[in-house]
Amino acid sequence: MAVASKLIENNFRMNRLPHIWCPGCGHGIIMRGIAEAIEKLGYDKQKVCIISGIGCSSRAPGYMDFNTLHTTHGRALAFATGVKLANPDLKVIVISGDGDATAIGGNHLIHAARRNIDITTIIFNNNIYGMTGGQYSPTTPHGELGTTAPYGNVDNVFDICRLAEGAGATYVARGTVYHAKQLEKNIENALENKGFSIVEGISICPTYYGRKNRKGDAAEMMMNLKDTTLDKKVAAKLPPEKVEGKLIIGEFVNKTYPEFCEEYHKVVDKFMKED
Amino acid sequence: MVSKNVKLMQGNEACVEGALAAGMKFFAGYPITPSTEIAELSAQKLPRVGGKFIQMEDEIAGMAATIGGALAGLKSMTATSGPGFSLKQENIGYAMLTEIPCVIVDVQRGGPSTGLPTAPSQSDVMQAKWGTHGDHPVIALTPSSIRETYDLTIQAFNFAEKYRTPVFLMLDEIIGHMREKIEIPDPSDIEIFDRVTPEENEKGSYKAYDNSLEVPKMAAFGEGFRFHVTGLMHDEFGFPKNDTKVTEVLMSRIMGKIDNNLDDIILYDEYYTEDMDLLILSYGGTARSVLSAVREAQRAGKKVGVFKAKTLWPFPEKRVKELSKTVNKIIVAEMNLGQYFYEVDRVAGKNCEVSLLGKANGEPITPTEVLNKIEEVL
Repeated sequence: MAVASKLIENNFRMNRLPHIWCPGCGHGIIMRGIAEAIEKLGYDKQKVCIISGIGCSSRAPGYMDFNTLHTTHGRALAFATGVKLANPDLKVIVISGDGDATAIGGNHLIHAARRNIDITTIIFNNNIYGMTGGQYSPTTPHGELGTTAPYGNVDNVFDICRLAEGAGATYVARGTVYHAKQLEKNIENALENKGFSIVEGISICPTYYGRKNRKGDAAEMMMNLKDTTLDKKVAAKLPPEKVEGKLIIGEFVNKTYPEFCEEYHKVVDKFMKED
Repeated sequence: MVSKNVKLMQGNEACVEGALAAGMKFFAGYPITPSTEIAELSAQKLPRVGGKFIQMEDEIAGMAATIGGALAGLKSMTATSGPGFSLKQENIGYAMLTEIPCVIVDVQRGGPSTGLPTAPSQSDVMQAKWGTHGDHPVIALTPSSIRETYDLTIQAFNFAEKYRTPVFLMLDEIIGHMREKIEIPDPSDIEIFDRVTPEENEKGSYKAYDNSLEVPKMAAFGEGFRFHVTGLMHDEFGFPKNDTKVTEVLMSRIMGKIDNNLDDIILYDEYYTEDMDLLILSYGGTARSVLSAVREAQRAGKKVGVFKAKTLWPFPEKRVKELSKTVNKIIVAEMNLGQYFYEVDRVAGKNCEVSLLGKANGEPITPTEVLNKIEEVL
């Protein structure tokens, strides 16, 4: 066995690897990005909790050497809210997929954002339900194929970042697994925000989404991410016709607003004194 | 003279007072009639004792956050009624398999569906047993007075902590909203059980699901044990295992921790059962009408006894079987169309005739109805 890097040794459960993801899956890049960010920020691993729902992405916490909780489908943020409020000293990170976070878990997503509770949510968006074999999700583009959209998807997509911003998230960013370093920086900034943070990591699923929609192999899908995305700052300087149809990546929101647990603790401090 | 702490209290209020006495420090829920006062009073009282309350976005989230609070080390509770109980079921099963101690209060109202939100029923009895999918261990308690609500709420927390499992406290709207005199016991007289936690030297080798113990020790997140929790079948360290042997061992332990401790968990009261022709088995709010009717029947010289279940699940099989051999007939009185009845008939039906006094129209079963039923079967 090849010698693992210090990053892997320090942050992963070596006896749980290799992971279950398919060859060419983008999820490992985002998972590594989370580990890089945690290590760079020097967090005490005893105080880090990583919580997930159900699906391919949600298997990530099992490989990561922290306090880890693999919950029910869509409910990671609701479990995480309980953990964080019960012990605000914990650094709580939620890992979720596009279906887990925005379909079955959509209600929890908008309400966690509304509360501005200090949880960092990383969405591994591969535009498909991978674990169940390629059904269309709320981020499968209109017209694309899935096993439950055999004639093309008639649904429309969620823009996860705009949804999160509208719901009150105080840090919102989008990156891709092609732009790995930039994504890692987004995760780092999200972790440092005291409030609800969301990073949409655009991933690739060559096995289901890619094959079904003739997107080529993993390498081609990665190149496609490069070709179809534009950084927010770059896009701002381009004429509209050069921006149209491109997926914008970068930081969309980074602001300060009172955090839920801190606000609740003000109530505790006030009323405990009175009695 | 020692001054007694006597109060006039509602059942839902006694539940919150009992929970606080048991050490509740976390409540997550969603408003639903007729349980709402439990959330309201928790919201009012928890911050005053340094605890946390949160109103979640839905019933499912209320259950999830309750589990999260328990995993972070706090004694946690949620409260709901029929429709919410249905919504919570998936996460309840999660807590059963992952062995997370917490208390779920269900103040039962008329169902199915939205049903009769302000009227009493006891129609979630089978849902408490079988509401979540898969085989699973169940402890469900049910009080029939305000003091019993206080005591059984403490008991529910103690069982949850002792057996590392979610525990149901099944109130009905009669008990939830009734006001009655209650003598609050002195805190020094209350027995409190706290979960067994791993020792400092177990860091690094901690097994959150140690099969050599009936009930594994439970660490909280953030204490340095860095374990994994999953709703998949898992090994002793909590990691997913798609393996028949691992599943068999885990399932038999989580079922066994209840099945091997029936004498500790099963609570009931008996009245006039030493010498009787007829036994009435009842529980919760209905048991009050039954007791009132039976006292009258006793005055009239009728030999009628009462078995009042305080633990609904696990079913008090041994004692019901014994009693069924001493009578000709058993009446099961409950505010539903026959749920506990089937369980009683299964256990007692070979020894005596079991009949149902059931009602599910939103009205309580009255003492007169019980007396009429006694007349009918005697």
